[in-house]
Amino acid sequence: MQLQLQYFLLLAAALFCIGVYGLITSRNAVRVLMSIELMLNAVNLNLMGFSNYLDPVQIKGQVFTVFVVTVAAAEAAVGLAIVLAIYRNRNTVDMEEFNLLKW
Amino acid sequence: MNLAEGVQIVSFGILSVMMIAGALGVVLFSNIVYSAFLLCGVFTSIAGLYLLLNADFVAAAQVLIYVGAVNVLILFAIMLVNKREDFRTIPNAWVRQVATAVVCAGLFALLGTMVVSTPWAIVATTGAPAESSIVTIAKHFFTDFLLPFELASVFLLMAMVGAIVLARRDFLPDQLSSNKLSETPAFSLQERPRELVSAGDVSAPESK
Repeated sequence: MQLQLQYFLLLAAALFCIGVYGLITSRNAVRVLMSIELMLNAVNLNLMGFSNYLDPVQIKGQVFTVFVVTVAAAEAAVGLAIVLAIYRNRNTVDMEEFNLLKW
Repeated sequence: MNLAEGVQIVSFGILSVMMIAGALGVVLFSNIVYSAFLLCGVFTSIAGLYLLLNADFVAAAQVLIYVGAVNVLILFAIMLVNKREDFRTIPNAWVRQVATAVVCAGLFALLGTMVVSTPWAIVATTGAPAESSIVTIAKHFFTDFLLPFELASVFLLMAMVGAIVLARRDFLPDQLSSNKLSETPAFSLQERPRELVSAGDVSAPESK
């Protein structure tokens, strides 16, 4: 018995689904950002699994993972800045109260 | 990876259980500080999984960037919006949660079926790779991925400037310009949250 690619892909799929659930159901804006981080990590895990099992010589999946980590860090910084700005504006972090663009 | 196979299987099981339990805790805990610390555990277990996948550089980068930077940033944001508020209950909230859970379970079933039934073209690994993964990644960065690599640095600069502009308090208290500094205590917080905008007032429910 050896570690297979399918194990990692199933694990990443489970993590992605948990992230989607948290993204939709949570009402705290910071928790929404944490769920987005979970989903990005699931994608990273997929990329690393493919890089190790399908492309072990020139590991381009790891390069893609580094780029995804870069984008995720930038997204976290800008997203938390937006959360701070909207908390100052509306005095709450409840996602249900952010209805400025609702018509 | 030159660990024995049993060791690999056992560590994969421990890391995956830690990761799934931590992710469920992140989503389901009501206290968000617990969620932030569990997110730290999730990131660390993912770094361990990267080590199982022969990726030492990315595992170290994962620990440094996610555990060291992103998670601390999230904790700072939690402390900055530290307000104990009970969210207003909305009617039929359980319908939304159950529907989302069903959709997510269906998505997982779909992905799992796809993963199991697809014949992956797995390359037979011949033991350890010829050179270290750091050398290979560096060659990629400075030859065929040079333009995205440089663009990533510009992108990080843009994100940093944008985050500072967004999160900065864009009004200064008037006391600083006048000579009334002696009246106010030295460490009082001068700024307040901005007044609510008129469109869609939270405190007063608008009449529709």
